[in-house]
Amino acid sequence: MGILEKIMHKARTKSPRIFHLNTGSCNGCDIELVTCLSPRYDVEQLGIHMEGSPRHADILCVTGPVTRNTLDAVKATYAQVCEPKAVVALGSCPASCNVFAGSPVIAGPLDKHIPVDVYVPGCPPHPDAIINGIIKATEILAARGVREEAKGKPQK
Amino acid sequence: MNPAVLIRLFLFPGVLFAIPAGWFFVWAEHKAVARIQRRIGPPLLQPVYDFIKLLGKRTPARHGLEANLLRLYPVLSVLSLIGALALLPVFARVAGGFSGDGVLMVALLEVPSICFILAGFTSGSIYGQIGAIREAVLSVANNVVLLLAIVTIAVTEHSFRMDELAGPTLNPGHWVGVLGILLCIPAKLRLNPFSTSSAEQEIYSGPLTEYAGAALGLWELAHALEWLALTGLVATLVLPSGLPWFIYAPAFALACFVQVLALSGLAAGTARLTLQSSINFYWRWAGVLAVLALGSAAAMRFRL
Repeated sequence: MGILEKIMHKARTKSPRIFHLNTGSCNGCDIELVTCLSPRYDVEQLGIHMEGSPRHADILCVTGPVTRNTLDAVKATYAQVCEPKAVVALGSCPASCNVFAGSPVIAGPLDKHIPVDVYVPGCPPHPDAIINGIIKATEILAARGVREEAKGKPQK
Repeated sequence: MNPAVLIRLFLFPGVLFAIPAGWFFVWAEHKAVARIQRRIGPPLLQPVYDFIKLLGKRTPARHGLEANLLRLYPVLSVLSLIGALALLPVFARVAGGFSGDGVLMVALLEVPSICFILAGFTSGSIYGQIGAIREAVLSVANNVVLLLAIVTIAVTEHSFRMDELAGPTLNPGHWVGVLGILLCIPAKLRLNPFSTSSAEQEIYSGPLTEYAGAALGLWELAHALEWLALTGLVATLVLPSGLPWFIYAPAFALACFVQVLALSGLAAGTARLTLQSSINFYWRWAGVLAVLALGSAAAMRFRL
């Protein structure tokens, strides 16, 4: 890695912006994710910031088992997040559809439709686990950015 | 060219000072709000990390006039704010301004707000358009107060030249004008309680919803420069202009910093007002006060 790549890698690991997408969650995981912003967990000290627009985000945090109703929104939102990006599946629902598995209204699990980088298991997961998952996703995203930039460079 | 102009443009309070100071103020605001909420808050270099990261994002390809306009607005905002900073009457003893530069500075301070509104409309996003309408309506309301406040100061000093407006005077019109500018700063910076145009819980990111990557980074830089330009304007009106540069420069930075802390306290301590309440505040209360101030300043000036 050159000096510029090192700076970019550092900036990416220090500035993860997340977008929260609810795909039919029972709100348990949503509440735990919002808890991470509270004074007790304060994710802002790690540079994590919740964004209002997926275009501003680096990490897509998905909760819920992906209902058929939300499937198009999941794909559209994933496409709107600019590269390099990462996806975190929060809770058991996006990973396995949890208790909703087999329901005719469920189109999940999430990894059938978009690539998932980090699974945070739990129903709901603990805020500490969520923060750990986001940090892991940040490292994956920064490494992916370096790889893609190396690929984009003209070969000597 | 006058060297004082070059110093103001590139050195202080221009590019070399403004960009780090603007980022520092953005960090200070976030940190102060976090401390008030008993959180730890972001690290010092957070705005720098955010900016560099945004430069490295690969944005979707856009083509045509709209794409060029969307790219132009943040650049125009940054350039106009650097221009406005260069017109701030720092070191007024070394005159770097010209007659009527106050009018130009007010116009340059307004450009980012106009670009923000245009960006919302050009983006085609419904959230962007709602945010742009909110910003436009609020901007009309608070600009009346800002203009009246600046005209009050100008009438008091009988000049529109920033060098002559700088520094404290015994005239009450000057201080009422400064108060008027201070009342407008939260709305200009889209801080609580006047943050309806970028209300995340209602309209995602408002006019900037469709922005990404480097263009979004430039918007954030423009916001940082806006902090410095507006607080710097008040600082130049309050600080004695005859001070030697090595005292004036730290005093200027300190005066801006104090305002940043006060504005952060206001942002953390208030909830978002509705658009109607914000407009009522500016038209009914601040506007009436500003008209009275201008009237009394004119009456005193022309001995009516």
